[in-house]
Amino acid sequence: MSAGHSYDAEAYWKANLRLIFGSLIVWALVSYGFAILLRPMLAGIPIGGTDLGFWFAQQGSILTFIALIFHYAWRMNKIDEKFGVHEE
Amino acid sequence: MSQFAINLIFVGASFLLYIGIAIWAKAGSTKDFYVAGGGVHPITNGAAIGADWMSAASFISMAGLIAAGGYANSTFLMGWTGGYVLLAMLLAPYLRKFGKFTVPEFIGDRFYSKNARLVAVICLIVASVTYVIGQMAGAGVAFSRFLEVDSTMGLIIAAVVVFVYAVLGGMKGITYTQVAQYCVLIVAYTIPAVFISLQLTGNPLPPLGLFSTHVDSGLPILDKLNQVIMELGFNSYTADIDNKLNMVLFTLTLMIGTAGLPHVIIRFFTVPKVADARWSAGWALVFIALLYLTAPAVASMARLNLMTTIYPDGTSAAPIQYDERPQWIREWEVTGLIQYTDKNEDGRIQLYNDVPSFEQEADRRGWEGNELVVNRDILVLANPEIANLPGWVIGLIAAGGLAAALSTAAGLLLAISSAVSHDLIKGSINPNISEKGELMAARISMAVAIVVATYLGANPPGFAAQVVALAFGIAAASLFPTLMMGIFSKRVNNKGAVAGMLAGLAFTLSYIFVYKGWLFIPGTNNLPDTPENWVMGISPLSIGAVGAIVNFAVAFIVSNATEEPPVEIQELVESVRYPRGSGQAQDH
Repeated sequence: MSAGHSYDAEAYWKANLRLIFGSLIVWALVSYGFAILLRPMLAGIPIGGTDLGFWFAQQGSILTFIALIFHYAWRMNKIDEKFGVHEE
Repeated sequence: MSQFAINLIFVGASFLLYIGIAIWAKAGSTKDFYVAGGGVHPITNGAAIGADWMSAASFISMAGLIAAGGYANSTFLMGWTGGYVLLAMLLAPYLRKFGKFTVPEFIGDRFYSKNARLVAVICLIVASVTYVIGQMAGAGVAFSRFLEVDSTMGLIIAAVVVFVYAVLGGMKGITYTQVAQYCVLIVAYTIPAVFISLQLTGNPLPPLGLFSTHVDSGLPILDKLNQVIMELGFNSYTADIDNKLNMVLFTLTLMIGTAGLPHVIIRFFTVPKVADARWSAGWALVFIALLYLTAPAVASMARLNLMTTIYPDGTSAAPIQYDERPQWIREWEVTGLIQYTDKNEDGRIQLYNDVPSFEQEADRRGWEGNELVVNRDILVLANPEIANLPGWVIGLIAAGGLAAALSTAAGLLLAISSAVSHDLIKGSINPNISEKGELMAARISMAVAIVVATYLGANPPGFAAQVVALAFGIAAASLFPTLMMGIFSKRVNNKGAVAGMLAGLAFTLSYIFVYKGWLFIPGTNNLPDTPENWVMGISPLSIGAVGAIVNFAVAFIVSNATEEPPVEIQELVESVRYPRGSGQAQDH
């Protein structure tokens, strides 16, 4: 980055941090939240012989992780372009 | 055709394929050797990461762990996948932008410190060597079970094959063999799972089968499983657990440990652009999830299958006669992985949980102890036999188990050898070494690493069984926080980083050694390794996450008490944050 872009550079990094922060909240919510700590709250939602918390522990969190990474990669490409830091 | 011949054909064909790829993908430069030339497509890299990541433990042991622990062992499923979210957002793109060859190299440059680089090299080597021993030993076991050779002989055959493609092709050879190995292992894992899911639930997709209805009983399959095992004194498969702090910390240790493991991180150096590093992480997790979503289905269905094999008329009726046991039990008895002792001498197989709460029921039925001991690791390997699948599926499982072990071993060996040739030889012993000289040094380091790993695989030292504690503990407590601070903080300096890494490491290893013995020497532990003795119920396997917090805290305190990093280092941090220009930064 040349010095002339420094304002944009700062805004770019902030946009990245915001996106990471939001993604990691979801990341923690589905795994540490729904699958572990909040499982008793989801105990009332039955799914195939058990409850929603069990589903998040064995499948739901993994599926959410995949969605989070693709969403992040897609959004960051847009942000890279917007701030002109993308690669040709 | 005999089963032995079928297995030989499958394993032999897969090995020929790997060697063919090695000859085609020979490394011509250090860039080829360390990062496969840097031009790997993100989807190709995703498949290679999948094979690199999924080891003998994922392929062979994980379903058995979940089958035994049920809900509580979901930690492995979440922990070994959630790390990819951290890699995609916190490490991989920036380390790719940095554009060098090894993980210690980034730590050394960013913290302008040879000591930091050296600590990173030591962490890398301890974590990777511990990890690779298990892979080599796993390959030996797979050989001895399926190809009827002595396990040391099997180990040597496996080592020779890895030697050919890793020494010749370096990362380039490893990348394309890993893609082939991914295909072999995922087909091998899913085919038996599809058949079992169809047999038990009528649903061909195992992840859906897990939440479907059991055809024979009309109950949801998890209900049926709970009913059967609880009637035999086992804990419920799906019930919630009490020690949530430990469950959270263990999952977190596995996640940040995954993100900090060098053999995974270096795979992200092989793609052309920063954006590709992000996409690779997504594709990697898709490929990994194909196995990780199948594993819990295999776990519960195989456990139910085992129980209904022993109690064909229900748990309240008598179990089967030992003389009428199925063929697969006979075959696995030969290996010692299934053991039967007729304690009450009635000729039948009583399989139940021998705990005080079940004593009354056991007395009533005239049972004098559990009579069948089944090793958890055979669950996946014996799966096709339990479900009466044709011989070629068993051959496929043999090739798949070997693919999982060898692909991970090769990735680890590359991480070890590049740390030796690039960080130690080029980085400190002989900085003026020529490109050709370094490539030769890299090949020799690889050869030596393979010989050492083979020897240790045949004669495993005590710490070899501690992969989760050692490899994930070290990666979580020392490498992950340091890499992350190197990217996200401009303020953390050389002193802070070294102090943080050492504090995280010392804290984590001490806690592990207190319970598992100092340097894992039996009898030197200060406290018994049981939940009552753990501080706040935190298992030594879960302590890496706390070690990471120690690392962060010490690094920030020491950095803030000492001088700021030099301007050029702050500029380096700036530059890794912005994708533009990653193509040029390849070499020195």
